Amino acid sequence: MLDARATILDVANLKTVFNTRDGMVHAVNHVSFSLAPGELLGIVGESGSGKSVTMMSLLKLLPMPPAEIEDGDIIFDGRDIRAMSDDELRHVRGGEIGFIFQDPMTSLNPVFTVGFQIMEPLRVHMGLNKKAARIRAAELLELVGIPDAGARLKDYPHQFSGGMRQRVMIAIALACDPKVLIADEPTTALDVTIQAQILELIKELRQKLGMAIIWITHDLGVIAEIADRVAVMYAGQIVEHAEVRELFKNPQHPYTRALLETLPDMSGERATRLRSIEGQPPALSKAPSHCEFAPRCGHAFDRCLKENPQRRDVSPDHDVACWWDVKTGEPANV
Amino acid sequence: MFDEARKPLLKVENLKMHFPIFRGILKRQVGAVKAVDGISFEILEGETLGLVGESGCGKSTAGRCVLRLYEVTDGTIELEGQNIASLSGSELRAKRPEMQMIFQDPQASLNPRMTVGSIVAEPLYEHRNMTKLERRARVDELMDAVGLARRFADRYPHEFSGGQRQRIGIARALALNPKFIVCDEPIAALDVSIQAQVVNLLEDLQEKLGLTYLFISHDLSMVRHLADRVAVMYLGKLVELGPSETLYTAPQHPYTQALLSAVPHPDPAKAGNIDRVILQGDVPSPANPPQGCNFCTRCPVAIDICRKDEPEWRQIGEGHFAACHLIE
Repeated sequence: MLDARATILDVANLKTVFNTRDGMVHAVNHVSFSLAPGELLGIVGESGSGKSVTMMSLLKLLPMPPAEIEDGDIIFDGRDIRAMSDDELRHVRGGEIGFIFQDPMTSLNPVFTVGFQIMEPLRVHMGLNKKAARIRAAELLELVGIPDAGARLKDYPHQFSGGMRQRVMIAIALACDPKVLIADEPTTALDVTIQAQILELIKELRQKLGMAIIWITHDLGVIAEIADRVAVMYAGQIVEHAEVRELFKNPQHPYTRALLETLPDMSGERATRLRSIEGQPPALSKAPSHCEFAPRCGHAFDRCLKENPQRRDVSPDHDVACWWDVKTGEPANV
Repeated sequence: MFDEARKPLLKVENLKMHFPIFRGILKRQVGAVKAVDGISFEILEGETLGLVGESGCGKSTAGRCVLRLYEVTDGTIELEGQNIASLSGSELRAKRPEMQMIFQDPQASLNPRMTVGSIVAEPLYEHRNMTKLERRARVDELMDAVGLARRFADRYPHEFSGGQRQRIGIARALALNPKFIVCDEPIAALDVSIQAQVVNLLEDLQEKLGLTYLFISHDLSMVRHLADRVAVMYLGKLVELGPSETLYTAPQHPYTQALLSAVPHPDPAKAGNIDRVILQGDVPSPANPPQGCNFCTRCPVAIDICRKDEPEWRQIGEGHFAACHLIE
């Protein structure tokens, strides 16, 4: 899984739990992935699959307690994030790793001007003085496509539309030239025409600035459009991971296959009936002792209910955590 | 696409909903938010009309107006020949059982202090004279119809997942055997794998009970799957309406074209070679719509006349309507 390529971020066996009053919640279970410089890794999953918690764990952004990172290594640019002091961490957060959140209204502070909020990381992380920070902030706003950037620095978040606010968020995340940008459902709250604008912007910025991006979403259409590689999450685990074309052409995990089939097609024949995945995702109150998808899976056999499958390679850039082999139509030989 | 013999169940003409804006100490009216500004359409018996558009375009307001959850500013809404817009209180109440609504957020639209059984039975209390036993039997019937176990009737909404809550909302809407249901983004709050369950349920019920739907959504691919005909709304006005196949394969209005091309395609092999129209800017405020065509500020092909005169809503093909100066 972790190959010899140069990586900027390496996550191995990450396990995050929440100690709640109603017992333990196993939100992230032994998640491993790596990110190469300049690459865009898409993480897809439904709500509660642990995709956001994984990302928050990376930078220890979760309230601890109740959250606890029980196990795993997070190596960013050769340094171990779990071992970092709060001071060192503060330098990484918003500096070397930028964050874009889902809802641009709640993640911008309504009582400060947009200019102040873009200048803040510049002054804290890069030590720029006020004047230099203002010039840079105007450049950033222009970079993300906001017209009349210099004048709009004085405006407050409510004076921007949803799409514009998300552009401001992107400008803040990009302020310190991050090596990695983590985008948590950045277009989910936006309309399709605005989403198309933001996707176009991200593609452009990638070419210009070359940072690596982790893009979290539940929308397979968005993934198809921008990702280089994809990890599919279910019940706190990565169940399948592949290069993007490979994943869409040759999905191996029954969950991935079902997800792709539930989508109505925009072109081509209209299906008479949508395929649905019956049942509900599991509650995650226990550490996985069997395949978490087995109760909803059409291929499940006795082994699926006894052992939790480990990720196995199907081809050099494609692995899947499933006891069933789609190709042979029989249990996998592992 | 739809046969001519079927008669329209609902006929909306020139529907307007303007919300007044008050300012100053004297609370004088200084303007109005033209949420819905003169839309006309028909829905045939047993069909699904999809109503799509971006947030703020007035599609939900239109849906609520059709059920007269608002006092409309102008226009007529005829349900089986009777104008709902002008009915008095008691007449309207008698008409209510025939038209129901399924809401977007099943969390917010179910009372957390009521059991599922009493939520589903509430319309029966209000509109039917039933004994306790009859009511219980009807609730059981409804729970079966939407695929919930009968024993769940004594539980509370928080014990259910989003998809199940939406089923409860659907059961409540069905309680009085309505003819017409407005579905206001019923799947927007659900996960992809659950969305398909709810959509399939809605289709099954339509077939079994002969329901007519107005399906409001911003999910264009789901609307294509569900709707017989689709209406596209922009800034309070309809820009295009047509049979779903025609509209999706050969959209005529520039806004419809841009909207459809903006939907990301779940196939990376095709993603690179889609002719995408990226609209610049944002939707203008409905309190101060642009002069001429509403879409002229973002339209990639607008010409002078678009900024002066409002385009007329006219037929451009069989069952296909649009409002644009540039369509022949």
